[in-house]
Amino acid sequence: MPIELKMPALSPTMEEGTLARWLVKEGDSVSAGDVLAEIETDKATMEFESIDEGTVGKILIPEGTENVKVGTLIAVLTGEDEDASAIPAQAAKAEAPEEDHKAAESGAPKGDAPSGTDQLAASATPAVDPEIPAGTNMIKLTVREALRDAMAEEMRLDERVFVMGEEVAEYQGAYKVTQGLLEEFGPRRVIDTPITEYGFAGIGTGAAMGGLRPVVEFMTFNFAMQAIDHIVNSAAKTNYMSGGQMRIPIVFRGPNGAASRVAAQHSQNFAPWYANVPGLVVIAPYDASDAKGLLKAAIRSDDPVVFLENELVYGRSFELAQLDDHVLPIGKARIVREGKDVTIVSYSIAVGLALEAAETLVGEGIDAEVLDLRTLRPLDREAILTSLAKTNRLIIAEEGWPTCSIASEVAAICMEDGFDNLDAPVLRVCNEDVPLPYAANLEAMALIDADRIVEAARKVCYR
Amino acid sequence: MQQTFEQQRRYETGEAELLTFYEQMLLIRRFEEKAGQLYGLGLIGGFCHLYIGQEAVAIGLQSALDNEKDSVITGYRDHGHMLAYGIDPKIIMAELTGRLAGISKGKGGSMHMFSTEHKFYGGHGIVGAQVPLGGGLALAHQYRDDGGLCLAYFGDGAANQGQVYETFNMASLWKLPIVFAIENNQYAMGTAVRRSSAETEFYRRGTAFRIPGMQVNGMDVLEVRQAAEVAFAHVRAGKGPVLMELETYRYRGHSMSDPAKYRTREEVQEVREKSDPIEGAKADLLRLGVSEDRLKEIDKRIRAAVTESADFAESSPEPGADELYTDVLVGSY
Ligand SMILES: Cc1ncc(C[n+]2csc(CCOP(=O)(O)OP(=O)(O)O)c2C)c(N)n1
Ligand SMILES: [Mg+2]
Repeated sequence: MPIELKMPALSPTMEEGTLARWLVKEGDSVSAGDVLAEIETDKATMEFESIDEGTVGKILIPEGTENVKVGTLIAVLTGEDEDASAIPAQAAKAEAPEEDHKAAESGAPKGDAPSGTDQLAASATPAVDPEIPAGTNMIKLTVREALRDAMAEEMRLDERVFVMGEEVAEYQGAYKVTQGLLEEFGPRRVIDTPITEYGFAGIGTGAAMGGLRPVVEFMTFNFAMQAIDHIVNSAAKTNYMSGGQMRIPIVFRGPNGAASRVAAQHSQNFAPWYANVPGLVVIAPYDASDAKGLLKAAIRSDDPVVFLENELVYGRSFELAQLDDHVLPIGKARIVREGKDVTIVSYSIAVGLALEAAETLVGEGIDAEVLDLRTLRPLDREAILTSLAKTNRLIIAEEGWPTCSIASEVAAICMEDGFDNLDAPVLRVCNEDVPLPYAANLEAMALIDADRIVEAARKVCYR
Repeated sequence: MQQTFEQQRRYETGEAELLTFYEQMLLIRRFEEKAGQLYGLGLIGGFCHLYIGQEAVAIGLQSALDNEKDSVITGYRDHGHMLAYGIDPKIIMAELTGRLAGISKGKGGSMHMFSTEHKFYGGHGIVGAQVPLGGGLALAHQYRDDGGLCLAYFGDGAANQGQVYETFNMASLWKLPIVFAIENNQYAMGTAVRRSSAETEFYRRGTAFRIPGMQVNGMDVLEVRQAAEVAFAHVRAGKGPVLMELETYRYRGHSMSDPAKYRTREEVQEVREKSDPIEGAKADLLRLGVSEDRLKEIDKRIRAAVTESADFAESSPEPGADELYTDVLVGSY
């Protein structure tokens, strides 16, 4: 059968090109790899190679022809013992589509790996925080201890869970979050890495692909910038790109946001960066109970989770129910203080500031509701809009830059779906839009504080 | 290790196995030629990197794996590595054309294909990323003590990425069961090795991490296979990683839109004529007394299978609109 040569697309954007020169003439015999013609594309002049052997039967488009559309028949090759004169009729026949039924028969031969789609309904996570049974003992625990307990409990339950990072084992954690884990679980499951963030984020992600459940600690998220490629490109996107075949059950955790007097390179909130990425779950808890319950949920999740902690909160103590298995739902915000006049949406360390502001506002006759987002992706739109519908006024308190922030996102949600409930513009209360300075006075000026939240609340209440 | 290899450079086998290698290499060659053709017809979009010329590397190495245990990972030039597993060419081609029946439901394309069933973990588009990911797969083998190893392929260009050396360090420090296989096809896009690399003998690049290296002719499937025997035995004995440099050549452009102005046509022609891996295997087979007719028969069969895969890939349906939103997350929150 003769082989049709069509104007090739030689770049992803090429739609037509110039047939600059033929390097063969009718009657020439060619073999695979021979250059047949030179074609000018929108980018360059490219050589058009033969991929079959045969004899050049007819050249249908002469050299020098411009604007030849991709797919146009430009020449015909004949095989052994064929006659070039039979060509036009044959060529026409090849156009006739008759393959449609073939595809349906063959179906999609696939392994039995369950796809993401199949599993969508199978989530066992509760949609609301579980009730704490009456009579449950309440204990006081620091956020640091709560996080450690979460990891230790999950490691006891599931042999696949392990912790890796810089100084997590022998040093007991740069911020002592992994204290005691090496002693209980040994060096196979509590792995000290060299200072090599890009490398161990990749190794952790690969281990998750291989069926383990790594908890990768970054000493702080500032250093995860070197690893963000694996978090975003390797961990977040692979399930989708594989059509649901590849699971990446990994937790990237560590302190995030401004610490104290460590200046710009060590003080940044990366929540909006990660929350921008489909395929990631992003969690940023405030108190010990949420830290523990959500870290346990994160470790159990089949999705890659970025778990943002805060160094300044590690040492704070909170009440925590003493339960055998304290797991909280991912993707649900929580009202940490009920109120009716204005909603303060917040997360992480700023929740503390929002609560402080709410206390001050009481003295001014303003009853503020404080909503802790807890999970930043997927964001609990419903909780935001429900609270807005109740108070009709909303501000967002975020320890981070205002531009393209979580605050911006919440404001957009209120505009899009809560517009009719708004009695005042939504305001963002964030850090100043500058790299964080070292000097004590400048640092204080740059960071969000309770006074600024109070001020914004007054403003939307028109006081 | 190189010494052990020097003692016997070529794998000894009979007609039957060599015929299998020949057939597998030929399948890759013809599949890739067809993919190039479909690209030219606009049926395949975006970037499409062909493996033509490098066939002996994937076949020589992967034929030595224990498919029950071992894992493989590579970059975007991945069609050949999948075909080496015997994965149905139809679902690979259908992925290239972006169809639902494709191995990634059409959502990954040429550069992002996976088969967890075969322990093939991609198909990665970021140059060098597969190296630490492979380190992680090896860590998982070691953690579970399952006796498997990871074979992680990367290019001469990828070999200049920092994350490769971060991985070398950890892999050697932790004695991970991993084989690093550098497919040195002499170019990274348009950059010849000597223009990018201070040390062009890539097999030496593990030295600072105490990783033994092997220099292998990647155009001879029997030599590749023999080197694999030596390297895999070392790794399986718990002695930590090995670095193999497979010297090979890509005949086609880097991807489909490569104007190929950085090398001469004569250079390409010379490699094709003197060291083509398929012609080499063919010569070996003829020496063993296999008839020309039998080889022609194989070629015919492969052409038919490839044509069938192209028909399938052309005619099977695109993913439905609902697929846009599936597989983003596994859980529902
Ligand atoms: C991090 C990164 N940088 C650049 C690119 C663009 N790019 C894709 S392939 C390639 C060349 C890689 O060459 P090599 O590693 O030798 O592999 P080969 O293509 O020869 O198989 C480049 C620069 C990329 N995909 N990722
Ligand atoms: Mg290369």
